[in-house]
Amino acid sequence: MATLQTRATARIMMSPAVILLFLWMIVPLVMTLYFSFLRYNLLMPGTEEFVGFLNYQYFLTDPAFFTALKNTLVLVGGTLLITVIGGILLALVLDQPFFGQGIVRLLVIAPFFVMPTVSALVWKNMLMHPVNGLFAWIARSFGFQPIDWFAEVPMFSIILIVAWQWLPFATLILLTALQSLDGEQIEAAEMDGAGAFSRFFYLVLPHMSRAITVVILIQTIFLLSVFAEILVTTNGGPGIQTTNITYLIYAQALLQFDVGGASAGGIVAVILANIVAFFLIRLIGKNLER
Amino acid sequence: MGSITLQKVSKSFGTTSVIPEIDLEINDGEFVVFVGPSGCGKSTLLRMIAGLEDLSGGRIIIDGKDMSNEAPAKRGLSMVFQSYALYPHMSVYGNIAFPLKMDGQDKTAIDKKVKDAAHILNLTNYLDRRPGQLSGGQRQRVAIGRAIVRQPKAFLFDEPLSNLDAALRGNMRLEISDLHHQLATTMIYVTHDQVEAMTMADKIVVLNAGRIEQVGSPLELYRNPRNVFVAGFIGSPRMNLIEGQEAARQNAVTLGVRPEHVRISKTEGVWKGIVGVTEHLGSDTFIHVQADGVGKVTVRTDGDFAAEHGQPVFLTPESARLHRFDADGQAI
Repeated sequence: MATLQTRATARIMMSPAVILLFLWMIVPLVMTLYFSFLRYNLLMPGTEEFVGFLNYQYFLTDPAFFTALKNTLVLVGGTLLITVIGGILLALVLDQPFFGQGIVRLLVIAPFFVMPTVSALVWKNMLMHPVNGLFAWIARSFGFQPIDWFAEVPMFSIILIVAWQWLPFATLILLTALQSLDGEQIEAAEMDGAGAFSRFFYLVLPHMSRAITVVILIQTIFLLSVFAEILVTTNGGPGIQTTNITYLIYAQALLQFDVGGASAGGIVAVILANIVAFFLIRLIGKNLER
Repeated sequence: MGSITLQKVSKSFGTTSVIPEIDLEINDGEFVVFVGPSGCGKSTLLRMIAGLEDLSGGRIIIDGKDMSNEAPAKRGLSMVFQSYALYPHMSVYGNIAFPLKMDGQDKTAIDKKVKDAAHILNLTNYLDRRPGQLSGGQRQRVAIGRAIVRQPKAFLFDEPLSNLDAALRGNMRLEISDLHHQLATTMIYVTHDQVEAMTMADKIVVLNAGRIEQVGSPLELYRNPRNVFVAGFIGSPRMNLIEGQEAARQNAVTLGVRPEHVRISKTEGVWKGIVGVTEHLGSDTFIHVQADGVGKVTVRTDGDFAAEHGQPVFLTPESARLHRFDADGQAI
């Protein structure tokens, strides 16, 4: 891509894809922005009119908004904690040579291929169900009272389900990072008298730090918009204990039919996601420089 | 202190035997070079001494103590790896200090030792840098620094110069030799480059297919190679190995004569030949001659000898410097 001609050709060849992607993003964004300044309720068609920032005012002063914001952060943070720590441990185990390594690796990756709705249903009806669930059966067979997961610890249950889905992703990325660690470095540390724990904290963990930041970044982007798991299991409840921003917007639009308010919520969510992304990118940029 | 004794040491991976059985005595303060073609088991042998590779049989005795099954750190040896194996996220200081930190020494003692090592190796100005910001030679020195701060019984070098360019390699060769004189610690050095072996070693161990072919000082090996393999491996350019009629005339199956021990003349000599390729090095000239009834012979002569491709010349081997080998390749 050195000459003027090739650069021009490259631009022309790329433009259809770029234009399509741009439209794909800009049309919904502009429409949402437009709706967010309208009074737009599906139950009162024909009464749409410009209301300025009223929708934003209602959305941001709604007490449910702050609960939802907190819930979103708890959900993202909890899931990240479980997947990163669990992913590191699993990667360490899977890196060891053992019989049936290939099959075990495949099994570990498997949950990633199950779609969120299905996995949430499986967890809800087969594992966490207080009567028929596997966990309840285990609890009973040891003589304990079964836990009614979604009633007693709803947020923790959601986090468990989401973490189960994302653990394979984290494991996969961290495992590849682990495998790229130079064996001679470990041997050198061995000769330098570093024990297994020192080797892990001084060599393995710093080596994986890049992969860990990548996992955190990618997962955060997706976890900010967790929806299916909540819709299928708790419907945001009990009360609004498991309502995150995404679910709140859904409730606004499709349960209360307030498209204007939901659009305002959507724009707020976009802004919040950008704030998070801003800090994450800075963090990662720092980490990738080294 | 740092004498190392190998007793009937052997290694096999599964059913393939890499090192059949080796006995070797390394004295305190000696600079020993393991040399051999790639795949001859020299690195494996070094790693077994280091404790990074299990023994399949035999014993390794370091300073009179059986260390065959001891962990690498307990053996009191330091190793410099081919890839240097520096810790990339630590500064040069952190790298050199790491073994001391793992040893649990206090901060001021570590600081002094690291500074001393950095001083010896000319790294004082680079202590804050990371390995990624250093040149190959500097990285090499950091790796050596990390090895010397522990004051080990012996240093193990695993082809440490193979990643450097030719000029730097020459420098580092001198530096390592210098270091050996300063520290007077046992060093075991693995290389496939016979020049490194010849220039640095007190004692060369020539390995081939896991067996020791010959042990001796560089000049011993140069003057009296025990067999064809050693004869061909030690010395550059390679010794001319002549077989057939000409060898039989000298009561040998293989006749060896080094390029520097063949005189070349344009007018008279024992063998008649035609000049092939001529390599001018300035100080020397290597002339590859196709000699009638003898085969290809490389001749080393002074830098001023002018020879053209296809020119007829005469060669005379110095009869006192001929090496004769029998059918098994052993010296007669």
